[in-house]
Amino acid sequence: MREIDLLFFARLREVLGVGHERLSLPETVRTVADLMGLLCQREGKWAEELGGKRLFRVAINQEMASLDAEIPAGAEVAIFPPVTGG
Amino acid sequence: MPLPPLVPPAAELSAADIARYSRHLLLPEVGLTGQQRLKHARVLVIGAGGLGSPVLLYLAAAGVGTLGIIDGDVVEASNLQRQVIHTVAGIGQPKTESARAALLALNPELKVILHAGRLEAGNALALMAPYDLVIDGCDNFATRYLVNDACVLAGKPYVWGSIFRFEGQASVFWEQAPGDAGIHYRDLYPEPPPPELAPSCAEGGVLGVLCAAIGAIMATEAIKLITGIGESLLGRLLVYDALEMRQRCLPIRRDPKRQPITGLIDYPAFCGLGVVSSPASASISPAQLQQWRQGGVPFCLIDLREPAERAIVQIAGAEAIPKDQLLNHPTLLDASGAVPIVLHCKSGQRSLAVLQALQGQGYRGLHHLDGGILAWIRDVEPSLPSY
Repeated sequence: MREIDLLFFARLREVLGVGHERLSLPETVRTVADLMGLLCQREGKWAEELGGKRLFRVAINQEMASLDAEIPAGAEVAIFPPVTGG
Repeated sequence: MPLPPLVPPAAELSAADIARYSRHLLLPEVGLTGQQRLKHARVLVIGAGGLGSPVLLYLAAAGVGTLGIIDGDVVEASNLQRQVIHTVAGIGQPKTESARAALLALNPELKVILHAGRLEAGNALALMAPYDLVIDGCDNFATRYLVNDACVLAGKPYVWGSIFRFEGQASVFWEQAPGDAGIHYRDLYPEPPPPELAPSCAEGGVLGVLCAAIGAIMATEAIKLITGIGESLLGRLLVYDALEMRQRCLPIRRDPKRQPITGLIDYPAFCGLGVVSSPASASISPAQLQQWRQGGVPFCLIDLREPAERAIVQIAGAEAIPKDQLLNHPTLLDASGAVPIVLHCKSGQRSLAVLQALQGQGYRGLHHLDGGILAWIRDVEPSLPSY
């Protein structure tokens, strides 16, 4: 099991009701896409927000990551949507 | 990354300038030459709101010679919690004029150019042409993409910032940046979210002082670009979280799937706006609803707003079912058709979206209050507080 810190920003933090969680990844979850699949299995808003058209960016250890990027053990995975207020 | 100065040091500093800007002149990185660059600079600020306010005030104080302002709104009392360039005396005035008065009071030497009205695909390139630098502090995705595409076409750098509740993001975009460092907004966010996922400050709320934090970063980046000092935010996204008081700086790279920008498009349509319309029969005006109420017509009024909004003001007799709850559980509605159902929100946008979603699922007998509770307060119960 690899532990990661998962961070949600802006609208996602409000809708999912969580800003930070520590998560243990099963061996089968290697990439960002795998992680999204895992999170979409949760009840409620998760699949709706993370499963559809991808309108957010993911950063692993403060580097932008694509869906096929591998998530190393101990990583900080930040998921943030665009914001437009001014 | 370090960039060469954007503006030549072509302005002469007067004795008064030297006294006024002495604290800049003492910084070797700025000095006389940097101050001359600032004085010669022409900066266009889009939006004189939460972000535009501190940006304009600090650029004027810093000695930027020419400031252009685009904003089509008038000052409202609810702006003053964060839009610090405006004052009580400016309520009801165009924001451009209110901002100009404040800027000239701060710095009478400044040249202020006002562009009342909105930035549109038809006027963007001509408006931007005389400026060295653009600053995007607007409040909607349609204008964000328009500013980006117009800056790409015009070859202008721009400083970008945006806010949401307690969080902000900022960056610098410049497709034609020297050294093949060019990057633009669509590399970061290729497509806008649908309008229902793009809450404004008016809907979601915002911590007023957040504007100062993000606006200060934007003004700093503008000064750095003009004078060519430091490491630009070009190629990095700054994400600021006021509640945790943390900021992250994430490198941005070119989107490998990016398409060349060859012209301006219909931005409201691109962002899913302006294509929604409700059949006239489904909209009900505040006056009409008041007639129903006074005439004893039975109806069920549903308030789709969030609890914090309900705590500010309510229409008497409305039942609270927040938008997301109703969309997830439409069976909460009595859809037997026995009494008409009227949905309402703050301004009519959310109620229209819910109405259309439910109609799409086959619900009938639904109405929505045109203009929301704000229109109700304006037309029927002006004694209630507006927000």
